[in-house]
Amino acid sequence: MTDELVPDQADAPPAAPPPKDPTEDAAASWLRRVSSSGSTVTVLAFVLALVIGGILIAVVNPAVTAAAHYFFAAPLDTFEAAWTAVSEAYSALFRGAVFDYQADTFAKAIRPLTETMTVATPLIIAALGVAVAFRAGLFNIGGQGQVIMGASLSAYIGFTWHLPAGIACVVALLGGLFAGAVWGGIAGVLKARTGAHEVIVTIMLNYVAISFLAYFLTTEAFRVPGSAEPKSRTVRPEAQLPLLFGSQYRVTWGFVIAILAAVFVWWLMSRSRIGFQYRAVGFNPNASRTAGFSVQRITVYVMLTSGALAGLAGAVQLLGTSKYLTDGIAGTIGFDAITVALLGRSKPLGIFFAGILYGGLSAGGRFMEAVTGTPISIVLVLQALVVLFIAAPSLVRTIFRLPAPDAELKGATA
Amino acid sequence: MSTVIEDRPVADAPVMSARPALRVPITLGVLGVIALLAFGLGSDSGMDSTFNLSFRTDVVQLPDLVVPTKGTCLVLSLLCLGIAAYSYFLATRLRKTPMWLTALYGVAWVFAFLVWAIEGKSTSLVDLLQGSLLLAVPIAFGAFGGVFCERSGVVNIAIEGQLLAGAFAAAVVASVTDSVYLGLLAAPVAGWLLGLLLALFTVKYAVNQIIVGVVLNVLAVGLTSFLFAAVLKPNAETLNTPPLLQPIAIPVLSKIPVLGPVLFRQTIIVYAMYVMVVVLTLALFRTRWGLRVRAVGEHPEAADTVGIQVNRTRWRNVMWGSATAGFGGAFFTVGYIGAFGPEMSGGKGYIALAAMILGRWTPIGSLGAALLFGFATKLVSALSVLGTPVPSQFLQMLPYLLTIFAVAGFVGRVRGPAAAGVPYLKG
Repeated sequence: MTDELVPDQADAPPAAPPPKDPTEDAAASWLRRVSSSGSTVTVLAFVLALVIGGILIAVVNPAVTAAAHYFFAAPLDTFEAAWTAVSEAYSALFRGAVFDYQADTFAKAIRPLTETMTVATPLIIAALGVAVAFRAGLFNIGGQGQVIMGASLSAYIGFTWHLPAGIACVVALLGGLFAGAVWGGIAGVLKARTGAHEVIVTIMLNYVAISFLAYFLTTEAFRVPGSAEPKSRTVRPEAQLPLLFGSQYRVTWGFVIAILAAVFVWWLMSRSRIGFQYRAVGFNPNASRTAGFSVQRITVYVMLTSGALAGLAGAVQLLGTSKYLTDGIAGTIGFDAITVALLGRSKPLGIFFAGILYGGLSAGGRFMEAVTGTPISIVLVLQALVVLFIAAPSLVRTIFRLPAPDAELKGATA
Repeated sequence: MSTVIEDRPVADAPVMSARPALRVPITLGVLGVIALLAFGLGSDSGMDSTFNLSFRTDVVQLPDLVVPTKGTCLVLSLLCLGIAAYSYFLATRLRKTPMWLTALYGVAWVFAFLVWAIEGKSTSLVDLLQGSLLLAVPIAFGAFGGVFCERSGVVNIAIEGQLLAGAFAAAVVASVTDSVYLGLLAAPVAGWLLGLLLALFTVKYAVNQIIVGVVLNVLAVGLTSFLFAAVLKPNAETLNTPPLLQPIAIPVLSKIPVLGPVLFRQTIIVYAMYVMVVVLTLALFRTRWGLRVRAVGEHPEAADTVGIQVNRTRWRNVMWGSATAGFGGAFFTVGYIGAFGPEMSGGKGYIALAAMILGRWTPIGSLGAALLFGFATKLVSALSVLGTPVPSQFLQMLPYLLTIFAVAGFVGRVRGPAAAGVPYLKG
């Protein structure tokens, strides 16, 4: 199971077969299967990450440091202070991400959950793009640039073109999709025609996109007339994505778009002919070439698809959440999308939940920083640790002394 | 994962081809025509371009170099076109354009651009060169770190995180101990710790190397930003005010006009970079150790068969490479700016990765690519100060476009170590 995140092994066997040992009874065999399954490892990976994060929070907490000065006089004080610091931080994280049990009304109490959905929306879409490339054996690190280009074009369409309601929004979304596809396609064409490595090209294109965005924000076409601020005009109301649950919450129909995108990617990669070719090229380019696929052409298509999804993520973020363009429009969506795709093991359903989780961690992290003063960057540490542990299931099993699944005993090849 | 870092083209074309490779001559020719039209014919006659050859603080001031803009641009662009024509001639004979000729072309072209851009104004040549060198330092160390790892078959995307960790550790240790040299020692240790994780996950647990690299970068950014916000910011005067490295002038060498002060009146990190490039080149290509490392990176099964311990070699090289990148990170804090700031490496680790590929996985090539990148970045900032007709945002793209162009145009078909990215599982 060394390669669980790798696109090649997208269709892993459903579950380890029950052990052959006849002395083992049914309950023990069930226990064995559960404790060695992927989902157990995922949960334990979380526990590990939260424990390490908790240690970090406690170590830097001033109250803990103060108590540690007289540790040998009253050791319990230190642990008490540490427990307070960690439990306060994590409960604030939960209150900011899922359910604020201290709010007055139910409507306010579930607002954090809707915030999580809002933050998760572009992450899910962009991560789907990364995953399509992954499974075709390509590393699209250029999500950030594609999100920026998608957001820029959809903003431009959104505030300049006078189109009837409904159509305006769709056209602006398609504009974002198109711009992202072009930006991803450049890397695809260069890879196919010259062999230029897509990791390098997409990283460089990120910087180029950032400069383009900075330039756009200085032009008359984008800027608010009479203002020197690096900020574009606001998208016309017809082009904005409508709210999903009314004006109380920020969630827009973008969330539905994210679900549709996940369904589309599932269909594309698992049911369509072209998706089969994508996966075949990712699995073994030489065999695909022998089978008569044009690897060059498919490489370009993959990067177009991947970029289009990232561009759509940018458009959704712009038309739904921010409504005007600034130099920080993309935030870290493009980079977070890579980790979301890894966490979701490049599968649409997994990415959906991974995106929600990430959205929750960032929404909750902001709340935590505001309430307890714990820096939001701890969230990055948690995210990185979770992905690391999930990527190395055998490490987690070693730490918790879990049995290895049968598949692993046979020796997985990389 | 045969598709991870390797520069094999996905082209369907066979490797052997009798057609002349016209890409290089055509690229050179097109650029030469652009130089002739834009710089040579596009500039006004009767204007001069001025280069200052000394720092203002220098005791001995050299006279400024003043050249007529139009004439110089014409001569240089015609030289470029001449080289392009010769390259075409070589290509039709199925011969490659020699590297030094391409380099000469690059220098001539850039100089033509420079002369055109500062028409009627003046710029400091020494400042430009020194700035390029300094900007290249962290990139070069990052690229050396990458060479260490990839030559043994481990892709190191975590260079960015290692630079950042090195910068952080150097700043904190130098502040606490008030010794800049202890800070310099702490930086490689921080990079080494990240390398430990990289090796643990990629070599021992055989997790996909790019995934681990990407995640370790997130971890490094998260950890350093968290510790910065929680610990360094409230205690800035005790924990984040490191002393700065002072430049050391090397006797005799630093007295060479123009190049002396640029190359030999620098801090110890820059000198370490000179030493590193020589030592690493010799070690990789002239020693038994280097041969073994390269064997492990190219064909681990074969290496294993003759008794080289593949995974031990990889562990060792990842540790060395990560420590090297971490050392380079010290440049950001104690070598240049002083205080640590969140995400201060600003993507230089990724640039280092590109520099390594551009430099064809060799230390000298990596240094050259890093210098090229440093020069492009420094040029952009120098030009935006002077004011040019091109919007500064487009100038800022220049280094990145240059990298894409170089990767796609010149090194597209160059291959990296064959086994890079593939975990070695004995059995």
